[in-house]
Amino acid sequence: MSAPRPSVLLAGAVRSGARSAVDVVQEHLAAIDAGDDRVHAFNLVMADQARTRAAEVDRIVAGGDDPGPLAGVPVALKDNLCTRGVPTTCSSRILDGWRPPYDATVVTRLERAGAVVVGKTNMDEFAMGSSTETSAFGPTRNPHDPGRVPGGSSGGSAAAVAAGFVPLALGSDTGGSIRQPAALCGVVGMKPTYGTVSRYGLVAFASSLDQVGPIATTVADAALLFDVIGGHDPCDSTSLNRPTPRVLSVLDDGVAGLTVGVLTELLDGADPDVAARVHQAAEALSAAGARVEEASVPEVTLGLSAYYLIAPGEASSNLARYDGVRYGLRVEAEDTVAMNTATRSAGFGPEVKRRIMLGTYVLSAGYMDAYYNQALRVRTRIIQGFDKAYRRCDVLLGPTAPTTAFPLGAKTGDPLTMYLSDVCTIPSNLAGHPAISVPFGPGDDGLPVGVQLLGPALTEGTLVRAAAVVEAAAPILDPPALATGARS
Amino acid sequence: MKPEWEVVVGLEVHCELKTVTKLFCGCPNAFGDQPNTNVCPVCLGLPGSLPVINQRAVELAMAIGTALHCEIRPSTFHRKNYFYPDQAKDYQISQYDEPINVAGHLDLPDGSRVGIERAHMEEDTGKTTHAGASGRIHGADYSLVDYNRSGVPLVEIVSAPDMRSSAQARAYTTELRAVLVASGASDGKMEEGSMRVDANVSVRRSADDPFGTRCEIKNLNSVRSVGRAIDFEADRQIALLEAGDRVVQQTRHWDEDAGRTVTLRSKEDAYDYRYFLEPDLVPLVPDAEWIQAVADTMDPMPAARRARLVELLDEGAGASEAQVDQVATCVDLDLDRLVVAAVAAGVGSALALARTAGRSAELLKVLAEHDDVDAIWSFAGEASSTAAKLLSVGNLKQVFSDEGRAIDWFSIAQGEGRWFLHHATQVKNIWVPYGE
Repeated sequence: MSAPRPSVLLAGAVRSGARSAVDVVQEHLAAIDAGDDRVHAFNLVMADQARTRAAEVDRIVAGGDDPGPLAGVPVALKDNLCTRGVPTTCSSRILDGWRPPYDATVVTRLERAGAVVVGKTNMDEFAMGSSTETSAFGPTRNPHDPGRVPGGSSGGSAAAVAAGFVPLALGSDTGGSIRQPAALCGVVGMKPTYGTVSRYGLVAFASSLDQVGPIATTVADAALLFDVIGGHDPCDSTSLNRPTPRVLSVLDDGVAGLTVGVLTELLDGADPDVAARVHQAAEALSAAGARVEEASVPEVTLGLSAYYLIAPGEASSNLARYDGVRYGLRVEAEDTVAMNTATRSAGFGPEVKRRIMLGTYVLSAGYMDAYYNQALRVRTRIIQGFDKAYRRCDVLLGPTAPTTAFPLGAKTGDPLTMYLSDVCTIPSNLAGHPAISVPFGPGDDGLPVGVQLLGPALTEGTLVRAAAVVEAAAPILDPPALATGARS
Repeated sequence: MKPEWEVVVGLEVHCELKTVTKLFCGCPNAFGDQPNTNVCPVCLGLPGSLPVINQRAVELAMAIGTALHCEIRPSTFHRKNYFYPDQAKDYQISQYDEPINVAGHLDLPDGSRVGIERAHMEEDTGKTTHAGASGRIHGADYSLVDYNRSGVPLVEIVSAPDMRSSAQARAYTTELRAVLVASGASDGKMEEGSMRVDANVSVRRSADDPFGTRCEIKNLNSVRSVGRAIDFEADRQIALLEAGDRVVQQTRHWDEDAGRTVTLRSKEDAYDYRYFLEPDLVPLVPDAEWIQAVADTMDPMPAARRARLVELLDEGAGASEAQVDQVATCVDLDLDRLVVAAVAAGVGSALALARTAGRSAELLKVLAEHDDVDAIWSFAGEASSTAAKLLSVGNLKQVFSDEGRAIDWFSIAQGEGRWFLHHATQVKNIWVPYGE
């Protein structure tokens, strides 16, 4: 058994000279051109730069050199990854006009691997949201149903991959922002272990939780992309100083001998059709030789509350720098403090303001111990809970999101309901652990369901092995209605 | 100050570390360059940038801790959150409840000991210039920010409230400056802001009373202003208390020209800094080997060097009071190595000391430290030129010296040309407003 690997094949064709990178990129730009006015996955399509870059890749091949494992493969970047000279907006008005003078480390690594960046994707403003509706530039639509959200915050990246605009995209995951949209759009999304992928050049939301990761149509492609972007970066002090992880090579190793725990707490709030898919995925793992049992980590039910104290606390500090002094939006006023206030009032949307206020409050003198420090203690307990479960299990299994994609506008009026969309994904961020979402057929409404595999730190290899087994057993999902690209 | 009152002083000294690069990025740590030329995404706080600790800065911080007999411990960094235009990220990365150096002390030449509560690392801010009549942020026409200083490594040395007079505070500042220079951590240039002093001042009627309400005095840019500001502030507080008023806890600004302190902000306006652990950095855990390696490379501190000279004298007839002063001068002027070398070569210790730190050196010290002497011409060799410069550092004094070269006073180029004119005159800029 070998999992499908479209980007591997695409790069192989370009490396061998069978296909030109310019043609490949042109084809994907045409798909974006044809379909993105309906999907709105992109904030910016970098057509000229992409063609120039593709021509460079072709020249490298023509010169007899190897451009790398992603030769000529079009990649989309979430718009919170810094790109030298190219606007990086975080889908916020406050960064209006800002062009970073530097590339994020992951962008440099992509280019070194021969990839071609084709554009910057839409997201919830500063990655705060679960539906891409808090973007200052309007929502992204789910390619499976234009009336529904793609999830978020990396909704643009997930939708771009689902619609066939690009085979690969990068997202960032602070509380589920890669996995939840991947699940809702029917694609693969992985949040790596905290510290395995550099955060240098990722515009911070909550620094102790943020992690960049791959979104792809297949597990193999996600593994390939992770291999390219992972590894130590001296520019990020939280980057683990260890050999670059390689997971593509173990992809087909199977799950015989592994113990998979079906995580009860994640199933509790899930819709019945979603829960049924999780059990079906468990059977597939069992059939492939894994030992499957029930597992419980009671502490994960505290995750959501802890997350909504820790993440806003860090965000309130990370977002202080958008003050109109140095870059981005400035609204003139009579003095500096008034300018700061006017700029921030005009530049941030309501969800960002809500979290800055919440975060400022939980860090304030007199409240810090009751809220922020208490949340840190809960975080420690969640880690201990996972540790206990991982003494028995190699992998935990659950849903990625409690529901399939919900209609646009359905939850925007009620932040707490929206926050619940991330209940299954948040625990991995708090623990710093890796997790991967794999599409597993449609739910009762015909929309994609994602199942999630969780593991202890640095077990990406085990996760992709299990994910490949789940992927191979996944029920057929109808192609997205809005897809204009050739999904391989 | 009235004799029935006792002043209680604690000093917080910010010292810029003499590193080649900044605390969290590779930009040059240099003073006086064109504004905003020594900057990068990290020290400008651009979105997505991350700090990486400068190892050399950690070593210099440990050197300070070693020199001040501190316990050097595992430490962490926190974010101190407040909005200000010269604060690139609108938070400062600083050490909070787990500083690298704690519980040390500094012995002063008079034999008194001042406790050191902590000496922690933090980053400096940029520098704001407010254009307009007031020169302050409120009412400014516009403000200009230079981020060259943003991210320059600092160590803040917090003394215990152990000082009981302005003279002792001055002695502490002088001795601390000498220790910082001797440890290699700082150039100690107060006039360039590489050493900045804040004083916490309170008064009480007797040593048995609890501490009074304190005020923090900022903007003390010389040893002299440390003394003057403490005297003024103590008198102000005593006058309040004697009039039946109370002292309000405040941060006050020392106005050097007016010779007085003025209110900057009171406790009610104090910021809530919302300190929390900096998630972009990992804990700093220096092992014993590293700490020892830093200590091994350090030169002896001034106190040890003075003791060494006194010891040399003791082998002969013992040190007279005048000689004790000469010893202090000799070490201040960094000339003690010459004395030690001369004695080793067979010169009598008293003679070697007298020749090195005798009357011309004494006179030089008095003149250089005297606030009413505007400039010094020093042409008695390199050692005394260097000494003149070092001694004048605290009071912005111009020094015209031979820089160790032989000068031909009869040459037109050297004795009366542009070089001579440039160094022998003081130029003051007078800005004449014109146009709009």
